[in-house]
Formats: sequence, structure tokens, C-alpha cells
Amino acid sequence: MAGTWNLEVNGQAHAVQAEGSEPLLHVLRDHLGLKGTRYGCGLEQCGACMVLVDGDPVHACTRRMDTAAGRSVTTVEGLDAPGLLAAFLEEQAGQCGYCLSGILVSAKALLDRTPNPDRATIAAALAPHLCRCGVHARILRAVAKAATS
Amino acid sequence: MSQSLARNPRLGQWIRFLEHDRVRIATGKVELGQGIVTALAQIAAEELDLDPDQVMMLSGSSDEGPDELYTTSSLSIMDSGAAIRLVTAEMRTLLAERAARRLNCAPEDLGIERGHFHLAGERTGQSYWTVTEPGDLEREASGTALVKPHASYRTVGRSVPRRDLPGKLAGGGFIHDLDEPGMLHARILRQPGYSARLANIDGIGDHVQIGHFLAVLGDSPLAAEQAAKRARVRWTGERELDPARINAYQLLELPSRKHHIGADFADTTHDAELTVSRPYIAHASLGPSCALALYRDDHLTVWSHGQGMHPLRHSLARALDLAPEAISTIHVDGAGCYGHNGADDAALDAALIALARPGRRVRVAWSREDEFGYEPLGTAMVVRVSAAVDAAGRPVDWTTRIWSGPHVNRPGTTSGHLLAREALPDPPPQPVPTDPPLSRGGGATRNAIPLYNVGAHRICWHLVAGTPVRTSALRGLGAVPNVVAIEAFLDKLAAAASTDPVEYRLTLLEDERARRVLREVRDRARRESGQGLGFGFARYKNMAAYAAVAAAVTVDEAVRVEKIWCAADAGLVINPDGALNQLEGGIVQAMSWTLREEVRFDAHGVASLDWDSYPILRFDEIPEIEAWLTGPRDQPALGVGECTVGPTAAALCNAVADALGVRILDMPLTRDRIVAALLAGDDPAS
Repeated sequence: MAGTWNLEVNGQAHAVQAEGSEPLLHVLRDHLGLKGTRYGCGLEQCGACMVLVDGDPVHACTRRMDTAAGRSVTTVEGLDAPGLLAAFLEEQAGQCGYCLSGILVSAKALLDRTPNPDRATIAAALAPHLCRCGVHARILRAVAKAATS
Repeated sequence: MSQSLARNPRLGQWIRFLEHDRVRIATGKVELGQGIVTALAQIAAEELDLDPDQVMMLSGSSDEGPDELYTTSSLSIMDSGAAIRLVTAEMRTLLAERAARRLNCAPEDLGIERGHFHLAGERTGQSYWTVTEPGDLEREASGTALVKPHASYRTVGRSVPRRDLPGKLAGGGFIHDLDEPGMLHARILRQPGYSARLANIDGIGDHVQIGHFLAVLGDSPLAAEQAAKRARVRWTGERELDPARINAYQLLELPSRKHHIGADFADTTHDAELTVSRPYIAHASLGPSCALALYRDDHLTVWSHGQGMHPLRHSLARALDLAPEAISTIHVDGAGCYGHNGADDAALDAALIALARPGRRVRVAWSREDEFGYEPLGTAMVVRVSAAVDAAGRPVDWTTRIWSGPHVNRPGTTSGHLLAREALPDPPPQPVPTDPPLSRGGGATRNAIPLYNVGAHRICWHLVAGTPVRTSALRGLGAVPNVVAIEAFLDKLAAAASTDPVEYRLTLLEDERARRVLREVRDRARRESGQGLGFGFARYKNMAAYAAVAAAVTVDEAVRVEKIWCAADAGLVINPDGALNQLEGGIVQAMSWTLREEVRFDAHGVASLDWDSYPILRFDEIPEIEAWLTGPRDQPALGVGECTVGPTAAALCNAVADALGVRILDMPLTRDRIVAALLAGDDPAS
């Protein structure tokens, strides 16, 4: 049902007027104008919409507003991960870039928990994400580099 | 002369001088994730002696930039790059001569630093910006300007970071993100096939209907999506497909037009034969197609992530019965497309709605199901090769037979049209399929002519018109099945001749650049115990970059790729790291096609409408990739974007055969096929 929902996004408090069933993805993109979180499939299959909810990677495409209310959401715009960004730039770990915001979000969650992940651990953490351009090897290197920098 | 320059000879179509010591370079080629805009800026900076940060790029504008048709076929550096090199070299010469006259010196006495003329190491007060005159931009390019020798390059040949990557890492930069208050959001309730007719509409709110084209509207993306879900639309006249029959081998039974290329058939008995197939595959862009349009003051503006804004303008003009001058088409980056996907079709969707709602900006966003369901597919293909061999086991007479649907159904060509036209009153006839000529690399015949000495060679190929689904250009066109067929066949002939597969290839190859990439890959590739090792080689289109790939795999019930090696020779490389990124991307995409990908069908069309039913490789399936550039950098630049796809697919097929002792020739190499092959127990040398 429609209501006003309290949501903290990237450290800022918002009161969002929305249906309780509205996907968090729409709230972020179309209510709050945070376009970095992307629609890819709407089915939790591609990872383009990944955000952190209370620090955990969550698919924003299926997460309902009423179950996100009162929580703290972090999107790519508020990720505060300069080491990751620097490593992705150093490795030029991107082609079209459509997958990158979701991947950065999952990489940040991984590195927050696992300081020195090996390649297999990084790959497992990024397995929910698709990259169609085939930049995987560079992305894996970039995350490993960010972990050690 | 560069074809792009011949088509757009006026210097002002390419270059403009801006304030603050900057230059704007325009290109008709667009950023698809391949880094072309960065590389073209390097070329301009080089010839003008500018720092790359002084070069602004304008890409894909029908109003201002040159018409360079589509961004395809690994041609952007060879076409647009060559044009920009000639234009900027000509401008540099022209302006240096003028500066020299003002300074009463010889042009060759002048040095140029960041666009400023120096004499004997001192600034002269003259620069491009002080000496240029408006008439300069009206001049036509001679096409004969003196360009810099490669040895003096400072910017070209250096790895330069992608211009657009920082913005994309910050979460921005895509057409999907363009937004403004009051925008109309639309979803298309698509006609399910050419013949389908709207019978009944129920539960529908604000909408636009033109013939059998139907779009629902809302004031937000979610509102449009929900309106599409609520609508109950009944269609009649839907075609019925027989999904069990839709596969590559069906092409052998469908009506086709037969072509013959090369030698006449000889009265020679062929000793060996091999047939490979590839299924229909999807571009499967990660971001579904999107377009925006605004019709205001009798002018239509369309924002699109398509591959060519000038062709799109003409296709829209034809579809909408407008003058091309009444339309502006503007490129905005989308997700990677890898060929002709739904981008152009979404542009017509948006334009149709915008014309019906003048003054409102309209945004059309395809859903994931729309994208998988309605994008033109990469056609299925069957390739059969056979040869007669001499006493040493070397081919002396070779025949290639190809069955393929059309590889090009692009709007603007004679063979294609924008999808929604089929739903409008007076729909266009079904396209008559054509295929690019071999002189442009061919479509079904792409890479079908072996670069090896194989004796007399002929291609007999069948262009199938009535594929059950629309097909069009997908990265590499026919190169993958053709290269797989050639390379698998060579492995088979090498085994029959009891020769090492790479040595066998080297005995058939004269081109030193081809030999080099093969030898370098062989020298680095290593097989661990229990692994299979396979090689693949091609020169893309037989005229672009050379690539040799080795793959090490382990196979139990499924294939696990352990490591990939790749050597490529692209001649002059503008941005080496960008080129490597393209090599690697092609490798991963081709691995995914070869091991996983196959479009599924039901009675109504494509049934694989999500990533579970159309799986692609994921991060935990990606091996280490060791790719490098080799060969003469003082030779002309050779297109690199698609050069690894054929060799990668071939290396994988050969590696799996090496591991299993059984050759699987129908892609993808799925678990079911591996199990079946193991049970059948064929000998790969047979």
C-alpha cells in the first residue's frame, strides 16, 4: 500500500512516498534520481541493480520498498571506495560499463569483510554479476589490486 | 583515400577550433564500449601536436558530424581513424604554412607545442587559433596530406585511459539515465511477429495505437511497466512455429539461394570431411534497448544508442514519411551491443510515440523479455569442409559448403527495416536477404577462405531467406563457424598425417605475420597433466588483424577453461591497452558462445527470455587470459575488435577434442553433447 517510507540512502535521510510493493530500484532511480543503480533483468539474474542494504549486497530490482524502509542503503554514488575506483581505472577494467556500478557495490561488500581475497573468492563474490563485454579478467585483477593497496 | 573522407570531404565536417586552446573532432563512429572515441582523439592529437586533453570529441550526431554509416566490422580505426589522420594532418600543414608566412620563416622551421607555433624553441605568439580562418573549414580535403611518420609518434601507440570510464565508474553516462520532469514513459506491447494483428485491447489506460503498433504510457518507468502488465491484448494471425525443428540443420532444408565462389568443382575425390554447426545466438546486451524522442516545432529529435546515427535518421525518415532534414539523431552511450540489436528499433518506437504526443519528451525502455524476444539474432549456420590430400597429408583441393540465414538485416540497407514498421499501416514487404560481399569481408562467407595453402578452393553457400526468426549482424558474422570448421579440420588432417597441429599449420602458411602469431602462442601455451590443449588461428576477414589463440581445458562432464593465450598482430596500434581489452573481451564472449549459448524457441518465437534460459559465462568460469600484441607496428592499423572470436571458438573446440579424444562439432559444447560424444566414442582423427 502507498505510504511514506523512511529510507537512508548514502548517509542521507529521505521520506519516500511510494507503494510498499514498489521496487527499491525504481525508488532510487526515479524518486531520488540516483541513476547509477541499473535495470538489467528485474529477476536477480544479472546484478546490474546491486546496492548495499545495511552493508549487504541486495538486488534492488526485486527488493520491495516496505522491506527496505528504515534501513540504510548505499548505491554506487555513495560507495566511498576510492581504492576500488583507482584500481578499476588502473586496470581499465571496463568496456561499456553498464555492469560496473553493481560490480563495484559487490566488490566493496567483499573487501569490507574479506581483506585479502584470492581470485576464486573474488570470482565467487562477483558470480551474481554478468558482464557481456568480457572484462572479467580485468575486473578480477582490479578487485585484487584494491584489496592489497 | 579513406572511404569516410571521400563521403565527407569538407574539413569542417571533422574539425573545429574551440576557445581555450581546444579542438573539436567529430566522428560518425560511436562509443559502444570499445574505446573508439579515446583512440580517435589520440590520432587527432598526434597529427596536430596537441595533448589529448585538448581534443574534444563529438560522436554520432546526424546534424554536425560526418556520415560514416555504422560502427561495425572492426573498421573504425581503419575508416574514421584514417580520415581524421588525413584531415588533421592537412589542417596542420595549412596552418603551419600560414603561420610561417606571418612569421616570415619556412614552415619546416616551426615547431608545434600544444597547438602553438615555436621558432628556434621560442613561442611566436602564433597558434592554430590565431591563424585559422573561417574559410579553412569549408575546404575539401585533398586526401593526400603528409602524415607523420610512425617513428615520430608520441601519443599514438601509447596506452591512454578511456575518456568515458571515470564517469561510468561513478554510475553515470547512459541513455537510460536521461531524465527530465514531465517526460512520458512508454512500454511497447509488441506485435508478436510479422503477421499478427491486434484483435482486442482491454484494461488499457493512456496509450498510443497506430495500426498494430501499441504503446502504453505513464508518468514514470514503473507506471508504464505496470500499465503494460495490466493491459490485456489479444492478437490474431500469429504465426505458429515448430520449435523442435528450429536449429542449424533446419537451414539445409529451407529454401535458399545458392552461390558459388572460387574454383570450379574438380573431378577429385575428397579424402576427409567435417561439418560444424552453430545455433541461433543472442547479442544479449546487458542493458535492454532504450530511446528518447521529442517532436517539437515540426522537428523530431531522437536520442539513441544505435551504431549509426546517419543511417538511423534515414531509416526513421522512411518509416515516418518525414524529410531527413526534419530529424536529428543523437547518439548517447548504451550498454555494449556487439552488433545490430534492438537499439534502432527502440528509436522508431520512441519516434512514433513522440509524433503522436508533440511537445512531450518520450522515453521508451525495453524490458529484459523485450530485448531477448525481439532483438535480431545471430543466425544459425552449418559449415561443411572437405578436402583431397596429397601423399604428405596436405590438402590439394578444398570445398567449403555453407548454409546460413542473413547476417545483415540492418535498417537502411536494402534488406532491413525498423521493427515497428511491420505493425504500421502499409507495412514493408519482408526483406529480401542480402549478404555483404567478400570484398567487405562477407557475411556467411566471412573467413571461409582459408589463409592456408589448401590447393584449389571453392565455396558453395546457401543464403536461407526464410529463417524462422529475424537475424542480423552479430560480432564476427560468419567468422566463428567458418574458422571453427577450418581449424578443426586442420587438426583432423594433422592427426591423420601424424603431425603436430601447429607444425602442420605452419607448413601451409606463407604469410610471415600469420606464422609469427601462431609460433608465439605455441611457444607460450602450456598444458598441465590431464588437460587438453587446442589452437585456433585466423586473420579476421582475411584483411584485418591476425590472431592466434590457445586454450587449455579440463573436461569431465562439462568444459572448464583453465587458461587462454592469445597473440594478435594489428599493425599500428593506436591504444595498446584498449586493443588488448578488445582482444580479451572477444575471447570471453566467444568462450561463452562456444560453451553455453543457444537461443530457445517455442511456438511463438524466442522462448529464452531471461538469463536463466539464456545463460552466459559468469565470473567463476573465467580463466586467466594472457593476450599480447606482436608484429610490425609500422604497418597500417588493422581492425582488432572481432579478431579473436573465431580463433577462440576454434581453440576451445580443438582443446576439448584433445582432452576427450572425441570431436564435438555442434556448438555449444554442452554437458549433454559431451556425454553423448563420450558414449559414441568417435576418434577425432576419423
